[in-house]
Amino acid sequence: MIDNTIIRRPSWRIRGNLGRRTHLLISLAGLLLPVGWWWWISAGGAVDPIFLPTPPLVIDSAWEWLRDGDLLGDIGISVYRVVTGFLMSAALALPLGVLIGTYAPIKAFFEPITDFIRYMPAAAFIPLVMLWVGIDEGAKIAIIFIGTFFQMVLMIAEDVRRVPMEQIEAAQTMGADRDEIVMRVIVPSAKPAILNTLRVTMGWAWTYLVVAELVAANSGLGFAVLKAQRFLQTDKIFAGIILIGLFGLVTDQCFRWIHRYSFPWLYRK
Amino acid sequence: MTIMSIPRIQIEALDKRFETGDCEVIALQDANLSIAPAEFVTLVGASGCGKSTLLRIVGGLEPASSGTVSVDGKPISGPGIDRAMVFQHYSLYPWLTVTENIKFCRQLKMHRDVSTSSDVEAAGGRADALIRLMGLGHVMQAYPNQLSGGMQQRVAIARALMARPRILLMDEPFGALDAQTREVMHDLILHVSILEKTTLLFVTHDVEEAIYLAHRVVLMAPRPGRIEAIYEVPLPDHRDQDMKQTQEFLALKKQILAGIRATSGMQTDHDLLEQLGNAPAH
Ligand SMILES: Nc1ncnc2c1ncn2[C@@H]1O[C@H](COP(=O)(O)OP(=O)(O)OP(=O)(O)O)[C@@H](O)[C@H]1O
Ligand SMILES: [Mg+2]
Repeated sequence: MIDNTIIRRPSWRIRGNLGRRTHLLISLAGLLLPVGWWWWISAGGAVDPIFLPTPPLVIDSAWEWLRDGDLLGDIGISVYRVVTGFLMSAALALPLGVLIGTYAPIKAFFEPITDFIRYMPAAAFIPLVMLWVGIDEGAKIAIIFIGTFFQMVLMIAEDVRRVPMEQIEAAQTMGADRDEIVMRVIVPSAKPAILNTLRVTMGWAWTYLVVAELVAANSGLGFAVLKAQRFLQTDKIFAGIILIGLFGLVTDQCFRWIHRYSFPWLYRK
Repeated sequence: MTIMSIPRIQIEALDKRFETGDCEVIALQDANLSIAPAEFVTLVGASGCGKSTLLRIVGGLEPASSGTVSVDGKPISGPGIDRAMVFQHYSLYPWLTVTENIKFCRQLKMHRDVSTSSDVEAAGGRADALIRLMGLGHVMQAYPNQLSGGMQQRVAIARALMARPRILLMDEPFGALDAQTREVMHDLILHVSILEKTTLLFVTHDVEEAIYLAHRVVLMAPRPGRIEAIYEVPLPDHRDQDMKQTQEFLALKKQILAGIRATSGMQTDHDLLEQLGNAPAH
């Protein structure tokens, strides 16, 4: 016998919906339960706080970092590195991705090499970057660039290729020339998908921060985590990782908000 | 030859081959067809017989392998604003409102350069007229994904008509609509074609639709894709739904359906059916 009650309840229907309140409640539980579990394990005394500090310890260390250290400065410089690396990679990847997705010769030329490089680990480029770019800000930005650019180009090209051929052909039969098709059909049609790609790659840029700050840094969230590791300050490591995660989450939410705001037709039904 | 006798569309010895890997598909072989101004011609035939290919070549979206297509005596060399196309789906611009979609062509250089201010005014008037004609007045500011399939196709037709094309090419435009909506659309498109004296080339799977709309129905056959027969429709220019029950209509429908069946190369294999019926399900 199949239990039908599970199908009748709308929340468990395949691709079903939740009410706003239930949704919020479950999401909150999903966030708070792991924290509670962490707290319980760490406060129980079974685990040495060197390995697993309690949440209050982590908060204390973040507070101390803010008061005595240079938390705001670290945040500022890290945001600067991530955003600059990301913007530079977007500035190049946007036109190149649109061209690769539109013109076959450009695709044939750039796609194999891009596909190849994107499998190379960004961290392995550190020695080369230090050799070529030096060890100042440029080097850190270069690592974030390398980590995001090649993926971004290919994803944008794919977004552009997914523009329905009918939209393009309809424009052709209305007398649009090549530039007009690119600027008035392909770009506006692919824009929502491209913004999503930017959102996802921005997340990756944040994850490359620690790698980037391996390069002779003396400030930044990633650097602070690395330094804390040297002194076995597990609570500060936790604080740093959680902060990086939070900043990633905030930028992600900003992108989602921009998406809703810029493409109202996608959300109106 | 007088001006009047130049066909609007002249298709001569048209061949189209597709190379896919090492095998070659003959999508069209020696297609010849001549369509008069303001004539309504429908294309029917089994799947894969080259209907869409023929339409796309006339639209300039696909090059022919050999042969020519001429419009008003001039061979075509690509898409042009004299030939508008309506697709089955996905051709509307979802980021533009209904009105903006319909006026899309006004943004293009080709239409901007020739425009004087009175042209612009006339164009505004034409857009409004098309919106009213298509019954889109109450959804002018809506986005395409807020509309039903039938409404979306009305927008697509209005947009195609905006640049005053002499020829309207339609590839199964009502294929995704329900029967009632489709009937409404039939009368609408007939009305427009008479009003605007547009020449229509219309692909469909639905034989009843093909007869109801057309002056002539072209039957195509697959492997190789070719024009098999052309049927004159013995109905007056002004059609109404009751004509579908007349003897002439039903006889022609039967004849064309038989033609499609005979050329489709698919027969019901009775032995196989029996085997299927007798085989246990588990
Ligand atoms: N771009 C293409 N590349 C390779 N083969 C193609 C291409 N387009 C069409 N064909 C082939 O050409 C033949 C005719 O295709 P076409 O789409 O014109 O048929 P159709 O009559 O419109 O069929 P349907 O009724 O299913 O829409 C088919 O065998 C098809 O596989
Ligand atoms: Mg087809």
